[in-house]
Amino acid sequence: MFDALSDRFDGIFKRLRGRGRLSDKDVDEVAREIRVALLEADVNVAVVKSFINRVKERARGADVAKSLSPAQQVIKIVHEELVTTLGGETGKLAMSSKPPTVVVLAGLQGSGKTTAAGKLARHLVSEGRKPLLVGADLQRPAAVEQLRVLGRRIDVPVFSEPTDPVKVARGALKEADRTGRNVVIIDTAGRLQIDDELMGELRRIRAKVEPHDTLLVVDAMTGQEAVNVAEAFDEAVGLDGVILTKIDGDARGGAALSVKEVVGKPILFAGTGEKLDDFESFHPDRMASRILGMGDMLTLIEKAEAAFDEEEAAKAEKKLRKGQFTLEDFLEQMQQVRKMGPIQNLVGMMPGLPKEARNAEVDESQLGRIEAIIRSMTPEERRNPAVINGSRRLRIARGSGTTTQDVNGMLKQFKMVQQMMRSVAKGKMPRLPVPGR
Amino acid sequence: MSPTLAAVLLIGIFLLAAVLILLGLGLARRARRLEEAPPPAEPTTPGVDVAAPPGPPRLRDRLGKTRAAVSRSLGALTGRRTIDDEAWDSIEEALLVADVGVPTTSRLLDELRERATAARVDGPEQLVTLLRNEIVDDLAGVDRSLHHAADGPTVWLFVGVNGTGKTTTIAKLARREIDDGRPALLAAADTFRAAAADQLAHWAERVGADIVRGQEGADPGSVVFDAVDAAAGRGAGVVLVDTAGRMHTKVNLMEELKKIRRIAERAPGAPQEVLLVVDATTGQNGLAQARQFTEAVGVTGVVLTKLDGTAKGGIVLAIEADLGTPVKLVGVGEAPEDLVPFDPAEFVGALFA
Repeated sequence: MFDALSDRFDGIFKRLRGRGRLSDKDVDEVAREIRVALLEADVNVAVVKSFINRVKERARGADVAKSLSPAQQVIKIVHEELVTTLGGETGKLAMSSKPPTVVVLAGLQGSGKTTAAGKLARHLVSEGRKPLLVGADLQRPAAVEQLRVLGRRIDVPVFSEPTDPVKVARGALKEADRTGRNVVIIDTAGRLQIDDELMGELRRIRAKVEPHDTLLVVDAMTGQEAVNVAEAFDEAVGLDGVILTKIDGDARGGAALSVKEVVGKPILFAGTGEKLDDFESFHPDRMASRILGMGDMLTLIEKAEAAFDEEEAAKAEKKLRKGQFTLEDFLEQMQQVRKMGPIQNLVGMMPGLPKEARNAEVDESQLGRIEAIIRSMTPEERRNPAVINGSRRLRIARGSGTTTQDVNGMLKQFKMVQQMMRSVAKGKMPRLPVPGR
Repeated sequence: MSPTLAAVLLIGIFLLAAVLILLGLGLARRARRLEEAPPPAEPTTPGVDVAAPPGPPRLRDRLGKTRAAVSRSLGALTGRRTIDDEAWDSIEEALLVADVGVPTTSRLLDELRERATAARVDGPEQLVTLLRNEIVDDLAGVDRSLHHAADGPTVWLFVGVNGTGKTTTIAKLARREIDDGRPALLAAADTFRAAAADQLAHWAERVGADIVRGQEGADPGSVVFDAVDAAAGRGAGVVLVDTAGRMHTKVNLMEELKKIRRIAERAPGAPQEVLLVVDATTGQNGLAQARQFTEAVGVTGVVLTKLDGTAKGGIVLAIEADLGTPVKLVGVGEAPEDLVPFDPAEFVGALFA
């Protein structure tokens, strides 16, 4: 999502890296470039102004730390300011000591409230809670039906009645008590913040059920208006937090920066796709790293550390550098990579990937086919694919349930990969996190 | 960072990259797979919801209540005499805050500077008028009509990212076509989203349209196939195809959309329109959406939705300038009659309101 913003910053900082000291003029020039980058990323005009002023102030008066160059100092400041703007520490959903906890989801039409409700329910179930989904959107055709379908998928009950949203909300609390559900998630109809009638209805819902968490659902591709929407909803019903949706796209994501800055309420969760498990806690520090083109290095490192045996990894890395990495090694290491979680998510965290690769949908079942092909090879064939002739190819294809073309294709691709890694190993190291973290 | 950790990381990254390249295999394969014969789809008999056709709706009528306050940025200009840096900043801000975007704003202001000198403009308010005219000129002389088939059923495809208002727009257009004497057949080719077909079926009943739908999870192409096939036989004048919202960055989903378009092409001259539905609240990503969808399936026009909110939809200026794609319709509410033609003068007036 922040890819384009990352690219932009990348450009600025590459130019900065060569310089010795930063003059006031340099700081101003950087500030101008950053302003453009943020505006192009949909950060609200007013938010950009205050962000730039803060960066300028800090950069000008900055003590240059001994271990950093002036350029690295600026990078550090921008990174820290972004983290502050995005939210500082990770926020949490407030839970009531006396159940049920009541959560209300509100926002514009099409922001993703209903899907977010389903995802939140699933998330809470994984935490051992017993949510009740409430269909209080009686406006959009089949909205309640949509929620029911989602509820069935995750085995969470859905409550609704064809009366009115306020009555539904009240009825939901009774239902939760009756059935022992301890979190009530109320999905409401999308509404414009300037629609007095519907905002009034939202206020009445709030008054009726006294939610512990009123969450604004915001689409990550929202432009300048994100700020006005958030302010108005906050003023009308008081927001406790935000759910940012559709961050799996390539939208620049300025809405995230703007909303947090202007309304002061934390972004609690992020929706990363259309499936119910495409839901994460929002991590401001990791998002800031993505903006600065560092990929989501921290998460990747954590996961890799957990999944890989260090010694094995060191051995494999040596082989890699020498161009001796074989299909056998690949098979072995793939098991480790699987432990890191869905490949789809890992890909998004990788720095230095071209945009198409980052956003391509990864079908993990295809991985199984590739593994089957490799398993159908003898150890010698895995070590030295050159020995694979026609009859061996046929045997491998039969054994793995694929075609000889598939086997051929895979071998060709793997060769490409080996060559690519040889050159990577010779040249660049992956980008490191900002010094001082 | 310790050397061992670096090793771990390098391995991880290598493997992920390797996986991606190898999976390129899998992706290409799926795109080549031929679709199976579609199962027969169940039509529903439409109940008729007859509304008295209203007079042609106008954009300015629908936006009146949201535009009462003069924008903060331009408010600063009223009553001022000199065109100083502050005046230019206010104008620039007004454009940026309307989601016009940095590149388009720069271009517009450069042109404005030239025009202002030539026209000897002497006050900021005149400057704004000049700017409005400039933008209206940019948008002028474009065919914004919706095309129908010369012979046989017309097919219109509706595409876009998630949540933009495709289904609701189809309901509105169906109502309009029916009012104009062209029976509408809706194709519920969003077979992914929970209850998407139910949503469309509800609209079909409400506006008096026919509908073709499949099972949830079925191949969307099969629904399109059935709809196009059945259209003539069922007396449909126009087939409106609803597709699942999808990120333009998802290769598989865009491949699926290409396939859907190919199936729609079964009818001669179809699809006569491929309409990209863009939410007016969308920022600069709207341009990326337009680019990618155009590249994939050839977008013929944009429907700009939710303009009844506070968002100005300024991104369409870039879409029109960069891609030449005309905005044909504007959505201004959730009811079937909330659809108006795109009128440049009215749009620009609202942009600066």
